[in-house]
Amino acid sequence: MSATPLLTVDGIGKSYGARIGCADVSFDLWPGEVMGIVGESGSGKSTLLGCLAGHLTPDTGHVIFDTTADGPRDVLAMSEPERRMLARTDWAFVHQNPRDGLRMGVSAGGNVGERLMAVGARHYGQIRDQATEWLGRVEINADRIDDKPRQFSGGMQQRLQIARNLVTGPRLVFMDEPTGGLDVSVQARLLDLLRGLVRRMGLSAVIVTHDLAVVRLLADRLVVMKDGRIVEQGLTDQVLDDPQHPYTQLLVSSVLQV
Amino acid sequence: MIAVQDVEKRFTLHTQGGAVLQVMAGASLSVAPGECVALIGASGAGKSTLMRMIWGNYRTDGGLIRVGDVHVSGAEPRAIIALRRATLGYVSQFLRVVPRVPTLEVVAEPLLALGIYEAEARERAAEILTRVNIPERLWSLSPTTFSGGEQQRVNIARGFVHHWPALLLDEPTASLDGSNRAVVLSLIAEAKARGAAILGIFHDESARAQVCDREVDVTSFAVAP
Repeated sequence: MSATPLLTVDGIGKSYGARIGCADVSFDLWPGEVMGIVGESGSGKSTLLGCLAGHLTPDTGHVIFDTTADGPRDVLAMSEPERRMLARTDWAFVHQNPRDGLRMGVSAGGNVGERLMAVGARHYGQIRDQATEWLGRVEINADRIDDKPRQFSGGMQQRLQIARNLVTGPRLVFMDEPTGGLDVSVQARLLDLLRGLVRRMGLSAVIVTHDLAVVRLLADRLVVMKDGRIVEQGLTDQVLDDPQHPYTQLLVSSVLQV
Repeated sequence: MIAVQDVEKRFTLHTQGGAVLQVMAGASLSVAPGECVALIGASGAGKSTLMRMIWGNYRTDGGLIRVGDVHVSGAEPRAIIALRRATLGYVSQFLRVVPRVPTLEVVAEPLLALGIYEAEARERAAEILTRVNIPERLWSLSPTTFSGGEQQRVNIARGFVHHWPALLLDEPTASLDGSNRAVVLSLIAEAKARGAAILGIFHDESARAQVCDREVDVTSFAVAP
């Protein structure tokens, strides 16, 4: 097992005036691990994800990431250009709404190619070949490469967003409700796709969701949040099958069985 | 290979006024490589609870559980993840998979997680599926649509596709017909022969007599309510 965590989160806190967004959040994420963050709306999970991914500036704490280029670095102490470079190389962010992660006026191939160009790719033929390959990996036919995302279904848009994010070979992917708003049948296909990609690319991921079925199938570890704080964390199946905290017990016992 | 020492388990039911149920105390057993041990005791005596604690699915509230060189009780999640990947296998009574994933991939998955190449993983998955009599025309379909007996055999295939040095079996022969039951018993015998330490729950007494070397009655570990 690797000796260095890929991501170390230490004492992250963020308040909106007097209201707590999240507080005292600490954990280590190891290479190849998928971590789920669950909790009801307003529990602080999206605030936390925003703080980790550099979209929000936390009031307290450190986020140490083991960068490919320079080893462990405090992300919050990086300059803005450095952090932007990180977001384009080692990191990826999959939004719940594909419209927030795609450029709707640019072709599918352009959406994927743009990420490559942002990290220095210049050869048009190679960019197009790589874009075609990635569309194939996310099960979008090559003949749709010149179509714009708005001509795609919601599930296809989400798969395109995943291709755009993973084409540069990131090591850590942040996902905010990646299967939210999709049909259950489309969700299952996306889950399978994500699992395969995580395994083949050795990715680590932090996934925010309110869907316990999704974390059971996708996440190795689980963090349960309530009122901005972690109330319980551990192995996913252990937290779900033998929950210790009153809130986790309530959450698990509230799921409708099908 | 598997050691359980003076283990305790209790459940605190916060949704029911914080009632504390102490269900197990003083549970101790060990399973050596090449040995198959049966957990016996009436329904509700704690057989599955103990298995789940060894699997790391339930927390251990007292005592020690060790599998190979990993202390399961109190281990970091990543230690349990690594243990399950390479060392400890589990055949549960229930099949839990991503819907719509083909059976062949469901069975090959533990091998892929170990970093074995896809072609080889698929080949070994095909071999074991043939062995448990799942017809090839079903391999491209999701097992969620299968009958109970077929799902059970997919579970078995998944549980024996990698040669885990330690194995937990929860009713591996339940809902199987005679010939499939014989296949499973021979898989267990082969695992023992290559040195696997096996702990199982078998309601099927003749199956138990055939493959198990010893029995451990969990009734003595149960705490009277």
